[in-house]
Amino acid sequence: MRTSTMKKSVVYALLAIMSALFLLPLVWMVRSSLMGLSQIFVMPPVWIPSPIEWDNFSEALTILPFNTFFLNTMIIVVLVLIGTVTSSTIAAFGFSRIQWKGRNGVFGILLTAMMLPGAVTLIPTFLGWKTLGFYDTFVPLIVPAFFGGGIFNIFLLRQFYMTIPRDLDEAALVDGAGYLKIYYHVVLPLSRSAIIVISLFTFLGAWNDFFGPLIYLKSTEKFTLALGLQMFQGSYTSQWDLLMAASAAVVLPCVVVFLIGQRYFLEGISLTGLKG
Amino acid sequence: MTANLKSIPQAPVRAGLRSKERKALLYGILFTLPATLGFILFTAGPMLASLYYSLTDYNVFQSATHFIGFDHYVKLLSGQDELFNKSLGVTFYFVVLKVPVTIIVSFAIALLLNQNIRGRALFRTIVYLPSIVPAVATSIIWMWLLNPDLGLVNTILQWLHLPTSSWLFAEQSVIPSIVLTTMWGIGGTVVIFLAGLSGIPQQYYEAIEVDGGGSWHKLVHITLPMVSPTLFFNTVMTIIGAFQVFNEAYILTQGGPNNASLIYIFYLWRTAFRDTEMGYASALAWILFVIILLFTLLVFRTAKSWVYYEGEGRS
Repeated sequence: MRTSTMKKSVVYALLAIMSALFLLPLVWMVRSSLMGLSQIFVMPPVWIPSPIEWDNFSEALTILPFNTFFLNTMIIVVLVLIGTVTSSTIAAFGFSRIQWKGRNGVFGILLTAMMLPGAVTLIPTFLGWKTLGFYDTFVPLIVPAFFGGGIFNIFLLRQFYMTIPRDLDEAALVDGAGYLKIYYHVVLPLSRSAIIVISLFTFLGAWNDFFGPLIYLKSTEKFTLALGLQMFQGSYTSQWDLLMAASAAVVLPCVVVFLIGQRYFLEGISLTGLKG
Repeated sequence: MTANLKSIPQAPVRAGLRSKERKALLYGILFTLPATLGFILFTAGPMLASLYYSLTDYNVFQSATHFIGFDHYVKLLSGQDELFNKSLGVTFYFVVLKVPVTIIVSFAIALLLNQNIRGRALFRTIVYLPSIVPAVATSIIWMWLLNPDLGLVNTILQWLHLPTSSWLFAEQSVIPSIVLTTMWGIGGTVVIFLAGLSGIPQQYYEAIEVDGGGSWHKLVHITLPMVSPTLFFNTVMTIIGAFQVFNEAYILTQGGPNNASLIYIFYLWRTAFRDTEMGYASALAWILFVIILLFTLLVFRTAKSWVYYEGEGRS
């Protein structure tokens, strides 16, 4: 009994230290974002800002056109979400609920893309979009989502679809319903949680993407939040109060989405690791 | 996965079913067409194209492109490109540091979170939260924390009378510093470990207790073998990810100081998009591809001896 209480307190102590370490950078960001420059550098460090400088946010977010960046990001994120959800559910349906010759062979080939480093396809893809005249537009960032929506998502959905009893399809087929109807009326409603999982990951992936916008976008008025934030950092190197305010503003939507959907997140990641 | 596929019985071939089969084939192809097209347009096609480009002197600002055979590869592999040598060294250093540290720390955290404790969900959320923060924001936050003069980390070290560091600003500490910043985002790896740990039947531990074994025995004889498929998965994914790190090198250091953080993909990006040497950069991409492939195969090779699949003959 003694030893187990001892053990418990050690575990809790370690957990407390760990949590503090993981939370500290976020706490420090929020703290710094609400301070004036005079207070931010004071030694020993002050933890609670006084007075609270809300103005940092309005100042940081108007120096650069962050509202434009936000709008750009939203356009990309929403379209990528629509493309990913429709095309990956359709593809996963074709790879799991329809019995056709060569299905597993094709799926196996598509799966190889999962292991492929993006660098190998980067340059020709970039040159291709440029030749088509889509450099400095959102097109290269959005259109690929409509072509399968990423093999990873197809894989995840396919795993899920295979757990749905096939009798449902058979019954529908006997009734004369086509595959499209089965997809829309049977499989889609039953896979809501899997769709939420891929939507959450897709949202974060598109919101956080830095490399894609860096490669394809040139004009400032087309920048996304990630790119705009990096640009801000480049020109206001030591304005830590404003930098932290801008960072906090970009981080906040992610945190909100995560906290709302966290159950699905953790389920989704566990799925990827276990069924690989 | 294959087991699932085989469990669906094949329809018997009868004359009456022929049209049904043809319909299935047609719809199967139609439903998967966007994905297949996507694979051809954005994976297979570009991959072959980049192999071709790597054999040319293609440069955006040069009017004519010539086929030059394996010249790029000869130049790179014979060590004539000093920056390539440097970036290869830096990248290996990064991977060798990042992979074991990530695996050990995230496994340790997962073990801690797997205890029967109150508030488990809350602790798990706290650990996972940083991995959803955008890379740019993560980088800026850590630049501020690791600032040599005013940053919180050095302030705390000073207060504890420990030696401070220049972190991202010194050649010898820049790579460990970048590894440190990426450690903040290991939540995903932890959660996968947790999923693996939660699949271990409790009876196994009770059996060890009956035999008088302690925590160490449990860890070595049950937890580690049982979690080895997850360990394998996480190791492969961490290796593949570590070789392709870019954002941190770009945002935190721009490859500096003195090229000490000239991480491979950053060098590739610079060659392709700043120096516009697309042909040469394509060769760089293919070399990285082969390196990652070799490392992955190496891990797969060793897997037979240490990855244990319960009730299954495969490895």
